[in-house]
Amino acid sequence: MSVHVVTPGLLTTVQDLGRAGHRHLGVGSAGAADPWSHALANLLAGNQAHAATLEISLSGPTLRFDRPARIALCGARIQAQLDNRDVPCDRPVQLPAGSVLRLGACRNGARAYLAVRGGFAVPAVMGSASTDLRGAFGGMRGRALAAGDVLPLASGNTSDGVDALRIAPWWVDPAPDDNPFPDIRLLPGDSATRDADALFARPWRVHPASNRQGLRLQGDRLHAADARERTSEPVFPGTVQLPPDGQPIVLLADAQTHGGYPRIGHAISADWPKLAQLRPGDALTFVPCTRRDALQAAARQRQRLARLALAIAARR
Amino acid sequence: MNSGGDRVPPAAFAVEALGEDALLLRFDGPADAATNQRVHALARALQARRPPWLRELVPAYASLALQVQATATTDDRDPLEIARDWLRAQALPIATQAAPDAQPAIDIPVCYGGTHGPDLQAVAEHAGIDAGDVVRRHAGTAYRVAMLGFAPGFPYLLGLDPKLAMPRMGTPRVRVPAGSVGIGGAQTGIYPREGPGGWRLIGRTPLVLFDAARTVPSLLQPGQRVRFVAINDAEFERQVAVARRRRVA
Repeated sequence: MSVHVVTPGLLTTVQDLGRAGHRHLGVGSAGAADPWSHALANLLAGNQAHAATLEISLSGPTLRFDRPARIALCGARIQAQLDNRDVPCDRPVQLPAGSVLRLGACRNGARAYLAVRGGFAVPAVMGSASTDLRGAFGGMRGRALAAGDVLPLASGNTSDGVDALRIAPWWVDPAPDDNPFPDIRLLPGDSATRDADALFARPWRVHPASNRQGLRLQGDRLHAADARERTSEPVFPGTVQLPPDGQPIVLLADAQTHGGYPRIGHAISADWPKLAQLRPGDALTFVPCTRRDALQAAARQRQRLARLALAIAARR
Repeated sequence: MNSGGDRVPPAAFAVEALGEDALLLRFDGPADAATNQRVHALARALQARRPPWLRELVPAYASLALQVQATATTDDRDPLEIARDWLRAQALPIATQAAPDAQPAIDIPVCYGGTHGPDLQAVAEHAGIDAGDVVRRHAGTAYRVAMLGFAPGFPYLLGLDPKLAMPRMGTPRVRVPAGSVGIGGAQTGIYPREGPGGWRLIGRTPLVLFDAARTVPSLLQPGQRVRFVAINDAEFERQVAVARRRRVA
């Protein structure tokens, strides 16, 4: 049971929830930049949250399914068509054998996730199916999809075959939070800016050079309170760095393991889905956040996902 | 091993939050070899007692990060409270460089100069010595892996003879061959993969520094002792062929 890549899209990679326990070797986490949408797509497709999906950036692939398949699309509103019929997001969709699914532009967001029942069965490398683009391993041979690639699906994916496209008559509200909060919440970093409020006082714009490693932000130059060169220290996804050019970088899933720039904040994990959906040119604003609120926001998202899992399971 | 009666001062460090779910231990003192040794000694001690919720244990020159997997514990408390309490409860007799090494020293064969080390002559001129002296000083030193970072298996080595220090290139090379041994500022290191690089290339090793498919993916471990051993072109080619045969497809 396989998915054949007819055209690969702009940057389509196999991701799960990432690689843990190897940052001391210089190996980052990788994994879905928007873990919420990845998990939700999996639940709708009938998988566990951690199964491997395809993360689709900005513009998607055309895929041929040789067998019937149950799929789901979450995250950015991605254009999706099967034989001129629109395939919607946020619900299970059954594809007949031989389906050619054309995924187009992402709308209202940068990244969409395609989950297929059973999950993509690429070999696990260092404990994960995620693609490590920096190290060129994991996922589909350590790189983005290319035309001609064949993605194996887990065997035993004998979903009831359909002979025509079947779209579930229900869908889920894909928002990660009950009360969506528009700004990016930051915990304090170890380094202050010369003007303590400058990071929060203005909107920042996402630079086109942003990628899975980090969002490069454009705006009025920030100055570190202490501009001395630092020894490299560990960093993690979510860390906000201030390089000498005064333009902050928010590290994402492919964050490197160490950095020497001042750390002026840390984006809370509940806001990583928002960060992952920002497109070049989008604006974002930071607000300070307390530890308590950060942990509560993460816990509420976990609870929300658990409720959705039950609701989805009840529909099958 | 501490000899009888010797009391070495325990490592002192400040503990701060690194985001939502990680602690950063910042060691007192300069970011030198002795401090780095303490970092690795503490990392080894914590690794030996590693609880299931400790997702990452990441050393650097003078710091050590602990990341907590919040969902791996039934404890409802703030993950950093869990981590701080656990650290305190270890009551570690924190070792310093007197502790035995976790792994043996490793010899890294290097073919210096020629096509493998295009900047060897430049480094020699910068230092005011000849190329042979550069090789003798580089290969004659005992190094420590201060940390592995930035890229998988990329070692930052402490111990470079200060005479060999040379600033990075103004414009990095677009393509540095895998295994290239370089000097960047006062550091020396090895590029595990082909890619862009700004360090001064003085040689190349046939060893594969990182292979995700290996049982032990990284050839080098943080804190490990390293020596370079000069080899000639013929030996380099022979070892490259051996490494290629061993490589998991």
